[in-house]
Amino acid sequence: MKGGWFKSYTIVYLVFLYAPILLLPLFAFNNATTVAFPLEGFTTKWFGQLWTEPALHKALKNSLIIAVSSAVISTMLGIFAARASTRYRFPFKAPLMGLIMLPLVLPEVIVAVALLAVLLGLGVSLSIFTVILGHVLVCTPFAIAILSSAFQSLDQSLEEASYDLGESAVSTFRLIILPLVMPGIISALLITFTISLDEFIIAFFLAGNENTLPVYILGQFRFPQNIPVIMALGTILVCLSIALLATAEYFRRRGIAKTGGKDTGGFL
Amino acid sequence: MAVKITRKQRFRGSEAANGLAMISPTAFYAILLLAAPLAMIFLYSFWTDGYLTIIHQFQLCNYYGPCASYKEVDGILQPTQEYLGAWSDPLTRTLMLRSLYVSLTVTAVTVILAFPVAYFVSFYVEASRKSLWLFLITIPFWTSYLIRVFLWKVIIGYNGVINTGLLELGLISEPLSINYSINAVIITLAHAYAPFAILPIFVALEKIDRSFLEAGRDLGESPFMTFIRVTLPLAMPGVISAVLIVFIPTIGDYVTPLLVGGPEGKMVANMIELSFKKLDNYPRGAAIAISSMAMVLGVSLLFLFLNRRFLKGNKA
Repeated sequence: MKGGWFKSYTIVYLVFLYAPILLLPLFAFNNATTVAFPLEGFTTKWFGQLWTEPALHKALKNSLIIAVSSAVISTMLGIFAARASTRYRFPFKAPLMGLIMLPLVLPEVIVAVALLAVLLGLGVSLSIFTVILGHVLVCTPFAIAILSSAFQSLDQSLEEASYDLGESAVSTFRLIILPLVMPGIISALLITFTISLDEFIIAFFLAGNENTLPVYILGQFRFPQNIPVIMALGTILVCLSIALLATAEYFRRRGIAKTGGKDTGGFL
Repeated sequence: MAVKITRKQRFRGSEAANGLAMISPTAFYAILLLAAPLAMIFLYSFWTDGYLTIIHQFQLCNYYGPCASYKEVDGILQPTQEYLGAWSDPLTRTLMLRSLYVSLTVTAVTVILAFPVAYFVSFYVEASRKSLWLFLITIPFWTSYLIRVFLWKVIIGYNGVINTGLLELGLISEPLSINYSINAVIITLAHAYAPFAILPIFVALEKIDRSFLEAGRDLGESPFMTFIRVTLPLAMPGVISAVLIVFIPTIGDYVTPLLVGGPEGKMVANMIELSFKKLDNYPRGAAIAISSMAMVLGVSLLFLFLNRRFLKGNKA
C-alpha cells in the first residue's frame, strides 16, 4: 500500500483515539484503590462489587428503560422522516429537515435547558419519561442519517412493479420496502440505543430525582475509593457498545448490499 | 365533458401531500419539543425572575446591566437577589469568551489533525476496506463519554501516564502540570470530537473525481500544488461541515470542563447549569445560553462568508 507517511500518521492518530479505552481494562483489573501507575497486580474484585450496589442497579434499570424506549421511538420517527426526504418532494422540506436534524449540531445543554424550561412551565414533573422525550430528540437525527442511506439505495421501480401487480400502498410498504430496509432499521435501533445509554447532559437536567447510568457514574467520580468499580463498569459498557456497534455495522452493510447500493462507509 | 378536479383534490393525491403526511409525525415532534422550547428559552431571557415563578415582564437586564430577582411580599414585588446581566457580569463574560476561545482552538486542532486521516482513508485505503477503517475511527466516539473524559484526567494528570512516561525517559525532571487547565480541556475535547471531523472530510474527498488530479499532474503541476489547487478546494465543503459540526457543539460542553478543567478551565455550560439548577434563575440562564448561541452563530456565519470569498477568489 502506498502512502507510508499517511499510514503511520493514521496509526499514531488511532493510538491517540484509543488511549483512554485501552487504559480502562488495565485499571479495572488492577488491585489498587487509586487509578494510577504503576499497576499493582491482578484482581476481579471490582467486578464483584458491581453486584452489591443497589443504586447502580436502579440507575441501570432506568437507563435500559430509557434507551429501549428512545431507540424504538426515534427509529420510528426516523423511518417517517427518512422515507419522506428520500422519496418525495414537498413544500418546506429543507426547513423541516433542518429543524429535525438540528440536535446533531446544537449543544446538548441548550436542548436540555430549553426542554427543562418548557416542561416545568407546563407543570410536567421530571421523571424517566421526560428524559425519553429529550433523548428521542437527539437520537432521531442519527436514525435518519442511517435510514436515509437505506431508503436512498432503494430502487423505485420495485415499488412501481408492486403497484402494477395490484398491491396497495400499505401492503407494498410491508411486503417490498420494509424487508429491504430492515437491516437499516436494526442498525438505527442499535445506534440510537447506544447513544441514549451513553447520553449524560439531558438525563442530568431532565431526570429529576431519578438516576441514569451516566448520571450515577458522574456522581461516583466524587468518591475516589469508588473509582475502580466505575472502571470495571466502564469496561463492561465499552465491550457492550463495541458489540452493539459491530452488529449495527454488520446490518448496515448488509442492508446496502441487499438493495444494491454502494457502500460509502460510516454512520454519518 | 371533463371532470372538474378541485385544487384540494389535486393536492390530496399529490407528491407534496404524501411527502408532508409522511414527515408530519417527526416534524410535529421536532416543532413541539425543539422549536417551541427554543423559542421559549428566547422569551425567558427577556422576562423577570420571580420566586419559584417567572414574571412576564419584558426587560433587557438579563443580557446587560444590573438585574434582580423578585419575590411577592404582601402583594408587592420586592427585589431579593441582585445580579448582573450576562455581558455585564465579569465572570459570565470571561466564561463565554473562554468557551469561544476553547471551541475555536479545538476546532482548528481537530480539523487539521483529522484531515490527513480522512485523506489517507479516502486516497490510500482499498475500496473494500474503507468502511472497516471508518468503523475503527468511530468506535471510541460511541463509548462511554464520561469515562473517556475521566481517563484523560488519568493520562495527563500530575502522576499520570504522560508525566510518568516522560520522567522515566528522563525527558523532563519534574511532572508537567497539564491537568486542570484550559489545555487539558482542549486536548480532551479534540479527542472527543475527532470522528465528527474525519467523516465529513472523508465524504467530500470520496466525491472528488480522481481524473481531475491526473489532469493537474499532466498539466505539469507538482503533487503539492495539485493538492492545493485541486484537492483542497474540492474538499472544502467537507472541511466546512467538519468545522461547524465540531465548533458549534463544543461551546456547550459540560462534562469536560467539569472533570478536567479545574477552576481555570470552567466553561459557559457550567454557568448555564448553575443558573438553571442551583440559582433557579431561568431568565439569567436563558440569557447566557442565548448569548453563547448568538456568538457561535455569528462566528459560523463569518466563517461561511470568508470561505465563500476564498473559493471565489480561487476561481478567478
